[in-house]
Parts: sequence; C-alpha cells; structure tokens
Amino acid sequence: MSHIAPPAHWRRAKERYRLLGSKCENCGSTFFPPTKVCPKCRRKGKIAQTEFSGKGKIYSYTIIHSAPKMFEKYTPYILALVELEEGPKVMSQIVDCKPEEVKIGMDVEACFRKLFEQDGEGVISYGFKFRPADNSWKTSY
Amino acid sequence: MKLYKKRDVAIISAAATKCGEHWDKGLKDLAWEAGVKAVEEAGISGKDIEYLVVGNMSGGMFVGQEHIGALVADFLGLNPIPSLRVEGACASGGIAFFQGYMAVASGLYDIVAVGGVEKMTDVEQEHATTALSGAMDFEWEAYFGATFPGIYALMARRYMHEYGLKKETLAKVAVKNHYHGSMNFLAHFRNRISLDEALYAPMVADPLGKYDCCPISDGAALVILAPLEIARKYTDTPIIVKSSAMASDTLSLLKRRDICTLDATVHAAEKAFRLAHIERSQVNLIEVHDCFTIAEILAIEDLGFAKKGEGWKMCDEGQTYVGGNLPVNTDGGLKASGHPVGATGVKQIVEIVKQLRGEVERGRQVNNAEVGLAHNVGGSGATAVVTILARG
Amino acid sequence: MRVGIVGYGVYIPRYRIRVEDIARVWGHDAGSIKSGLDVIEKSVPSLDEDTATLAVEAARNALKRAKDVKPSEIGAVYVGSESHPYAVKPTAATVAEALGIVPNTTAADLEFACKAATAGIQACMGLVRGGYIKYGMSVGADTAQCAPGDALEYTASAGAAAYIIGGENLVAEIEDTFSYTQDVPDFWRREGSLYPRHGGRFTGEPAYFEHVIKASKGLMEKLGTNVSDYNYVVFHMPNGKFPLRAAKILGFTTEHIQPSLVVEVIGNTYSGSSLLGLAAVLDVAKAGERILLTSYGSGAGSDSFSIRVTDLIEERRNLAPPVKYYVERKEYIDYALYARNRCLYRG
Repeated sequence: MSHIAPPAHWRRAKERYRLLGSKCENCGSTFFPPTKVCPKCRRKGKIAQTEFSGKGKIYSYTIIHSAPKMFEKYTPYILALVELEEGPKVMSQIVDCKPEEVKIGMDVEACFRKLFEQDGEGVISYGFKFRPADNSWKTSY
Repeated sequence: MKLYKKRDVAIISAAATKCGEHWDKGLKDLAWEAGVKAVEEAGISGKDIEYLVVGNMSGGMFVGQEHIGALVADFLGLNPIPSLRVEGACASGGIAFFQGYMAVASGLYDIVAVGGVEKMTDVEQEHATTALSGAMDFEWEAYFGATFPGIYALMARRYMHEYGLKKETLAKVAVKNHYHGSMNFLAHFRNRISLDEALYAPMVADPLGKYDCCPISDGAALVILAPLEIARKYTDTPIIVKSSAMASDTLSLLKRRDICTLDATVHAAEKAFRLAHIERSQVNLIEVHDCFTIAEILAIEDLGFAKKGEGWKMCDEGQTYVGGNLPVNTDGGLKASGHPVGATGVKQIVEIVKQLRGEVERGRQVNNAEVGLAHNVGGSGATAVVTILARG
Repeated sequence: MRVGIVGYGVYIPRYRIRVEDIARVWGHDAGSIKSGLDVIEKSVPSLDEDTATLAVEAARNALKRAKDVKPSEIGAVYVGSESHPYAVKPTAATVAEALGIVPNTTAADLEFACKAATAGIQACMGLVRGGYIKYGMSVGADTAQCAPGDALEYTASAGAAAYIIGGENLVAEIEDTFSYTQDVPDFWRREGSLYPRHGGRFTGEPAYFEHVIKASKGLMEKLGTNVSDYNYVVFHMPNGKFPLRAAKILGFTTEHIQPSLVVEVIGNTYSGSSLLGLAAVLDVAKAGERILLTSYGSGAGSDSFSIRVTDLIEERRNLAPPVKYYVERKEYIDYALYARNRCLYRG
C-alpha cells in the first residue's frame, strides 16, 4: 500500500469506526470483517449489519519492531488477534499497555484511535484499537 | 467425465541462479541466466519448447514491470510460443509448476518450461515490505499495522501457548538452515550461525527475531517438463512428477479455523499423497516454505510428518538435518538459501531434482534419495502447492 | 419547556508529565512554577490520539449516561476545539460517524479558544427549545498546543468532555445562560502557525477576569440569584490560581470551587477545561444542588450557565467512568517521550 486514495478509507470507515460486522439472521452466526454470504447457510442465509460490543480477549499477540513507513513512528507496537465476545476475531493494535504486560487471554475493550497518516497533508485514518479492559471505575469510585 | 487420459510427466532439466543481492542483474538477466542453464542441461533447442509458464509475484511493485509472461519468452528467444505469468504471492513459483504440470499431463503440450523470477532489491526495504504485504488482507490486516513477520509471529505466539514450543527451538530451525545453506553454492547466506546468535538477535516481531525471518533476495529458477515416455531422449536421469496439488484458504489469518494450522497445506498434501500413491514414510527429504522459522514447524505437521503440536520436537532433536530421520530444507530453505518470492516454488523443485539425481554439494546430499517433496506457500497460507517427485 | 443535560462523559489520556521534567529541560525552577500556577503535572496524549479520538471517547461515555437516547435521535453535533486535526474537514462529522449519529443530523466544528464547546451547548439549547431537534451534543476537546519552552508548556494538556442536551430525562437542568464577549488580543494562533502566542500578564485582568466575572454577574442578575444560591462554581482553568481568584472576587468560597479544580493534576485541557470541571462536580453533586458554570475563551468571551441537578443524577452517573477515574489512571513519561508523543521533533 504505497498510497491509499480517500475513497478506499471512506468505503470501510463506518465498519472501522464502530466495529460493524455482519450477522446471519438465519443461523445467528456473526462475522468480522463483514461478509456478504453466510458460509453455513449459503443461499438460505440472511445477512444483516451488526455492531459488536467491543469486548474481547487476546487470542495471540506480537510486538512489531519493524514496520512499514506509515506505522514506523508507532514502533514498537502491540499487534494482536482479538477474539470478540460474540465470536469473530479481529486484528488490531493494543494500546495503553506496555509490551511486557500483554498476555494471551487478557480482557480488552475497543477504543477509537488514529490508525495512520500517510503524510502530514493527507487523509487521517481512524478506527478501532483495543486497550486492556478496566472496570475498576464501577467499584472504586 | 475426463476428456484426457492423464500422462506421466518428468522433469528433464532444472536450474537456478544464485540467490542474493544481484546489483548487476535485472529481472530479465536473472530469467535469462536460469533459462539458459536449464536449456543447456537438457540439451534441447529453444524451438522444442512449446509453452512457458512464469511465476512472479510483483514485478510491478518491485521493478515497475508487468506483462512478465511475454517478456521472459521474448528474452529467452521463445516467441511466439504461448507464455503465461502466474501470481499467488510467494507461491507463484509453485503455482507455475502446477500449471506447467497440468499442461503436459493433459496431453496439450509436450515440452513445457516452468520458470520463476523475482527482482526485489531494486526498491528500498520498506517498499519491498509494502509489496509483500499485498499478500495479506489489505483492509483488515495491513491497514491495522500487520506485517508479514507480525502475522507469523501471531501464529508462533499462539503455537507456543498451545503446544509448549520455546523460542530456542525456533532458533534451532534457523541454525540448521544456515548450516545447510553454508554448503550450498547458490545460497543467499553461506554463513553458519550459533544458537545464541539466533536466540539473541534483534527482534522483528516478537517472538520472531532477525534470524527467524527469511531475507529479501533476487533470483530465478527454471525447470523443463516432458512426458515421461520421451523424457529419456533428453536426459538419463528423468525425475518423475508423482503428483502436484494445490489448495486455497482465507487470505486473512483472522478468519482461519485454527491459526496454528495451514489448512491449505493440509488439503494440498492429502491430495498430493493420494495421487502419488506414496506414503509419508517413503519420503526421503522435504523442501518446505520456511519464510519464518515457525512456518517450517507448521509445515512438518500440516504435511503429515508429525502430529499437530509435535513437529517442533523433530526440529528440537535435530532430526531435520541431512542425515536425520527427515532432512528438511537441505538447500538452507528460504531462510538461508533465499526467498526471491516468485522464484522460490521453482527453486525448491530444482533442489529436490538435484538431490534425487545425487548432484548437490557433499555434506548436504541425502544418500540414495528416492522420493522428495516440495511445499510452497503464498501469504500466510492462503495458497499452498505440494509437489512429490521421485527418481525415474 | 425545560432544557438541560441528558448525559455527560469525559476522557483524559493516560500519560502524564510532571512540571519538574519540563522545568529541567529549560532550566526553570520547578518549585516556583508549581506554586505560581498551582499545577503539578499535566495529561499528554498518545501518538495515536488527537482531538477527534478524545472527542469520540468522551462522546461515547456521554451516550452511555444518556442511557435511552438513541444515536439517531441526536440532531446536532458540535465539537469545540482549537486543535482540530484538519483546518478544513469537520471533527464533528468524525464524532457523529463514530457514534452512529449520522446521517440525519447537523454537525459543525466550533472555535473560540477554550470556550467553543459552551457556545455549542448554547446552540443545542436553542435548537432543542425551538423544537428543531430532540437532542444535541456538544464536545469540548483539545490536544493543547504550546511552543516548547513557553510558559504554556507547563499547563497545555489533553482531554475532552461531551454533553448531550435535551428537554426530558435531564440529569441537570440548565436554568439560564448569559454571555459576555469583546475583541481582546490576549491569546491567538495565526493560520498556518504551529503554536499559539499570548500576551503574558495581559491574559489576566482585561481578559480572563473581566469576562469570567462579568458573565457570572450578568447571569446572576438576569436570574435574580446570588452566590448563596449556588453549591458549586466552575470556571475555565488555565491554571489553579485564576479560577480560585475569580471565585473569591465573586464571593464564593474555596469549598464552592474545589470539587471542580482538576487542573492541578491534569493541566489546562483548553476546550475541555471548564466542562471537565463541571463533569467532576456532576460526579459528586446531589439532587437539587445548583452549579454556576462560566467558561472562558481568549479573544475573548465567557458563557455562564446556571445549572440545577435532578434526581436522575444518582442512577446515571454510574453508567460511565467518572473524572476521578481518568485523573488517577496515569503513567508518567519523561520529556523525551513527551516530545515524541507531541511530535516536537519536526527538524
């Protein structure tokens, strides 16, 4: 991806901003990224849009030290495969977390961050990342 | 209903360039070098070749050149034969072989050349990385900061979690491949490395360090196929293509059933063994797609040479060295011999052919090898090609 | 028809830098700066945070507290900031998109130094009361800019506060509002400049105090209220000293203003400042209590609001993290990391 034109950002922006995936109303399966057909139900399936809760667990992770140019200034960063509580997995960065703190099975929640800027003058890409889930505010305050 | 009776196919010649940073050679020069070596070896005239298939991943992004099929035919002096470029990321070479094999097996053509070529070092590393990242899902992986080492690191981390693999075993894979590569005149890297060098190298994508990752190489390879019945006209040592099978999977890792298994490899291997009527125990050596050290371990399992979760033990115990129970990547693998992406699948075939003929350098020759297997993967496992070869 | 706050939410990035760490770089005396400003540390955004991301986080928290409000019922989104990521392309549209408020809504970015978002609240009040929309949202968010080495560097921080304004299910009723505005060159940033400039001590008497005091007095005169009618007072907080002094001038006690003074530990969040102070008060206020809120924006103007907390506050405030949670959730960084996060290395 040398240069990404504005329509390519825009086309998927809703899904990236709000973690929108799809759901088969026939069998109840959920999918991320959004799909056009339910692989289980095929023609019988009925695909609708669904918004995921943003809650999940780290399924696997890595610390990226060597990154493409547009991600270079964020290195080292944590890249993870997050298993959403609804089932599907998403690939995302983990923020507000030190590399030595990340673990498989860790509870995480979606947040809204800048994904990258191609240059100082171009379109800014926003979307979901995940951070360690912290519910301490519900009991401590 | 089958229209054709499948013919037996043989490889009558096989050649590869040295892999590495060929500052003085462009894409056409590399293709020409491999092509001329193969044609000379078979002692045939270019006029005998009826069809050319070339594997190339990204001429457009690496050297600004597309239309590679006709280009290579032109440069090898093969015009006006039909010529096709195929692309399946790092499996482009394997796919090219699969296509060439079908062309001969089907009876449509007799003499078919299968090449693979990639010129990667004309762009800065970050551009090469960018071009390679085109093999993963752009919208949902690369867009979120995924890199290729990163994708394989996610597999490695999960595998470590599930099956108790240690980083030290990954390092052993690299040490073994550098050891094999050190005896291969055509390898990109011919230096041996110590376990500590591999283990404490700078991180690329934790847990994968510098020595867990294959290099960016220039290189080309070419093999010539013929129906087995006429193969001895050209060579005393035809190598029989027992089978070649290909399978696909989701491009993105996040949609996989299990990220510690490359299902495309499993499917391609099952089919290849079934078609070849060969048992795993009959295989004397394998060339697997070790773009990262973890990939070699996954390949050993997914090809059926070890149970899931146990392949790493073979690497840990040193069974994968030449002389071991199952020599793996006797040329140094992608790690040491190099990974000119579109050429790699053909280069692996060349290595198996030379091994079965008993023609490789002393020290890395597998004695009396009868059957060998080549395994080529595209992306993080969306494409896999498995080819089984045997001495004629 | 009543109008007021249906939901509120805040967000503060987790990184902090201490005054000492900034002072050491420039050879300043940290002790006198801390006592002069009443600020000991400030919040710093991550490299991947900007005004739009802070605004979205705060807005999502506001929506949680607004409970039954559907995003599609929000008919206006305003984002007040002086650090909008784009000079042209609205942050408000990004916020509306990220919350699913789109497409049947109006949206705009507002700029009036540190008080744009209170102007946004007034706009929402008007639209709600006029019957044009059911709910409106105003967000104050900034990743405050300051030149390295400038006195502002000790306070310019990052944070956001979002308010959903409506006519029913209020957690706090806005009884009235009053504004006071004049053309005063106390602080500015020219188009294309990276950092704002300011008039030093000129930002005090003729600017901050003139407007904050006059707007507050004007509101109380308009409503016929006086200091004793209010349980809390909240002002814009460029530092810890100014709001305290303004409170004293008006006759309020330290107890009136203390619950809103988050500036000491997070710094001046510019457009988020007075609204973060208000949120801190809403986190602790009891039903029936009254709050006087007066923002300040350089250039210069103040919007003053008289707010009365309703019974609903008790069940709603626990639906999203309080200001105190964000204040205490922190990780210290040194000046080098701060410079990296704030992209001060421009060469």
